[in-house]
Amino acid sequence: MDATDLARLQFASTSIYHFFFVPVTIGLAFLMAVLHTRWHRTGEARDERLTRFFGTLLLINVAVGVVTGLVQEFQFGMNWSAYSLFVGDVFGAPLAMEGLAAFFLESTFLGLWVFGWKVLPRGVHLLSAWLVAAGAMLSAAFIMAANSWMQHPVGYTTDPATGRPVLASMGDLFTNPVFVWGYVHVILASLVTGAAVMLAVSAWQLRRGRRTFLTSALVSLVVLLPSSALALGVGSHLGVIEATYQPMKISAAEGQWETCQPCSFSLFQIGGFASSDEEPTKILEVPHLLSLLATGTWDGEVTGLNELQAQDEARYGPGDYVPDVGVQYWSMRVMAYLGSAFFLLALWGAWLAARKKLPTSRVFLLLATWAVPLVLVMNTAGWLLTESGRQPWIVQGLMKTADGVSATVSTGEIVASLVAFFAVYLFLIVLDVVLMLRFARRDPDAPQEEPADDDRDTPVLSY
Amino acid sequence: MNLADVWFVVIAVFWTGFFVLEGFDFGVGALHAAIGRSEGERRSAIATIAPFWDGNEVWLVVGAAAIFAAFPAWYATWLSALYLGVVLLLLALIVRGVALEWRGRGRGSSWRGAWSVGLGAGSVVAPLVLGIALGALLAGLPVDADGAFTGGVRDVVTGFGVWTGLTLVALCLFHGATFLAIRTTGPLRARATVWAGALGGVALVAVAVLAVWTVLISSPGWPTYALLAVALLAIVAALWSARRGGEKRAFVATAVAMAATVGSLFASLYPDVLVSSTEAAYSLTVTGSASGEYALTVMTIVAAVFFPVVLLYQGYTYVVLRRRVGGEPTPADRSEEPHPVAPGE
Repeated sequence: MDATDLARLQFASTSIYHFFFVPVTIGLAFLMAVLHTRWHRTGEARDERLTRFFGTLLLINVAVGVVTGLVQEFQFGMNWSAYSLFVGDVFGAPLAMEGLAAFFLESTFLGLWVFGWKVLPRGVHLLSAWLVAAGAMLSAAFIMAANSWMQHPVGYTTDPATGRPVLASMGDLFTNPVFVWGYVHVILASLVTGAAVMLAVSAWQLRRGRRTFLTSALVSLVVLLPSSALALGVGSHLGVIEATYQPMKISAAEGQWETCQPCSFSLFQIGGFASSDEEPTKILEVPHLLSLLATGTWDGEVTGLNELQAQDEARYGPGDYVPDVGVQYWSMRVMAYLGSAFFLLALWGAWLAARKKLPTSRVFLLLATWAVPLVLVMNTAGWLLTESGRQPWIVQGLMKTADGVSATVSTGEIVASLVAFFAVYLFLIVLDVVLMLRFARRDPDAPQEEPADDDRDTPVLSY
Repeated sequence: MNLADVWFVVIAVFWTGFFVLEGFDFGVGALHAAIGRSEGERRSAIATIAPFWDGNEVWLVVGAAAIFAAFPAWYATWLSALYLGVVLLLLALIVRGVALEWRGRGRGSSWRGAWSVGLGAGSVVAPLVLGIALGALLAGLPVDADGAFTGGVRDVVTGFGVWTGLTLVALCLFHGATFLAIRTTGPLRARATVWAGALGGVALVAVAVLAVWTVLISSPGWPTYALLAVALLAIVAALWSARRGGEKRAFVATAVAMAATVGSLFASLYPDVLVSSTEAAYSLTVTGSASGEYALTVMTIVAAVFFPVVLLYQGYTYVVLRRRVGGEPTPADRSEEPHPVAPGE
């Protein structure tokens, strides 16, 4: 592996890891605020305990989300200095705004929410919960605006002296269709994630007869059902948008080597993922479905990879402009199939809840508990689809990934950092799972152990 | 004054603010295991910073992002040149952050002991490495005519940078001690003032040497001299106040000392942002590295709107949670539970 491959491996793995925790934070912060609102209205101790219970899970998770976020902030300059220099005028601004407008909000009010439990006026305490959720959602907006610019550069002019993009319209960054639909999609995916986690924990607890968790199970289903449904629809539309601006990404995701009209959707196939092996040996496909998904018409045309490659070579010069088709194809399907599965799970759960059978439906509860790892797989697949599909570009049409790496960082240094991050991240995720499981299994209604020492100052949420 | 200059100042403000705020977090984190004689005292020490550390750390995130946005060449060259140093910094911040959040979530003393080590180590390594990184900007890195780093790992660890790092650690410890003195009760409170006396002496020597060294390597203008003088005077004032029981004044003084020291670094740096040790003409400058007018204008508007709001709500947090750990409830306290009297009150 050369320096570029190693740098890509590091950025991809640290980003995927960071994104294990981010959607949980965004989703659970929202749900925790919902639970807090409920407690604020009922004033019952039972609702307070439920709020604190899920607040604890949120906090355990936020710790890793925050620290891995630091790595993201610095990594652009570390491994991608040529990229940072090239795009800084455009890309840097949303990142700076993310800190000023969102991170400060989220971090400050989280501290206030945890430690102001019996100190703040009740209304201010509730507001803090909602500001944490707002801060988390807002931070996603800025980073998605930046990422969307990489997928479809807008709002810039080119400096004639340096050849670099120069920001000309901030508004264009936020009206970029890739941003608008991509951001909504990420938020919906985060709500699905948070709801899935809350549902999983509630299901586990309900199977042990702890009826308090019926409330949280219902809250999670109320969020999960519309979120998962909308995520499918928005995701599909995002695919259409991206087919306009990044046709390689979408055609590769379909394994579509030749232009087709109409186009069948491949549900599953063996082979057909390389230019030396364009025909799959086995394929399960649905006629016309790809035309519908990609163009919204029954007989829509989808341009094939071979034709797109010829177009790009004519436009950009010699080179391989086709992303990894295997990665594209499978990440799209893993994401979409799991997304559909969560929608079906939500539908099933909602139906059971409506018939008041939720606490006793053991099969559903068991499946809901075990679904959590799948939501992480789903999110990862989504990011692989969009980032790997942008290759070989780091900024579509403007800069190739290979040209963005730091020329002064040696292979040895990257190996060292890869090993270091891998070791620490592995350690953290093991502990995170251990802690999450331990705290997810507690009975909030059982009398707590006598607090030791000066526990008045220990936050209410760390027992 | 143009926008590039404005953003140099804004960045200096973010980094200064970071050290003034996170500085006492680092100090308390580094001191907690030694200054706390019991588990209860250690938890009290951590409790003084627990609500604030995350919000304080954002100042670093914003400070780095502002450099990326306003002076991309500075961000790119600096972080890639200091590559392994940044990795070490990140590892320190990761371990420290997780330690602060997770230490209290286990009951075993080996769990807590291990996280205390992580918290302490992270709280020392982070300001040390940041100091080396900041010092390198002024001491100079081998950078060629195209602004590209031409050196190796050995070039980034400059003597001046190491001393800057050690000075920042000393200031963080001093600042952390005066913070503990205003936030705790009982024996811990008294001990914090005693320790501040010793740590302040170390800080005084460190800043004095740094001051001389700064002047020697950068031939700065009057703002640098003024800031260095303020830093030294503030340390003396802090020591004097601490000795006479003026805990709040001591803390304000250490905050001023920290701000003035970090500020002097940026004052000496201007109008460069990254000095080239190869040739002065190759240094990255404010005017040469700045982003375009439009980007700077948009960011100025956003900063002008959000920064005062941030100061307001971050300030509110400190006011509303100002009760001393282990102390009597303040009027802001609305708890209806009976408060046990803390030992030593």
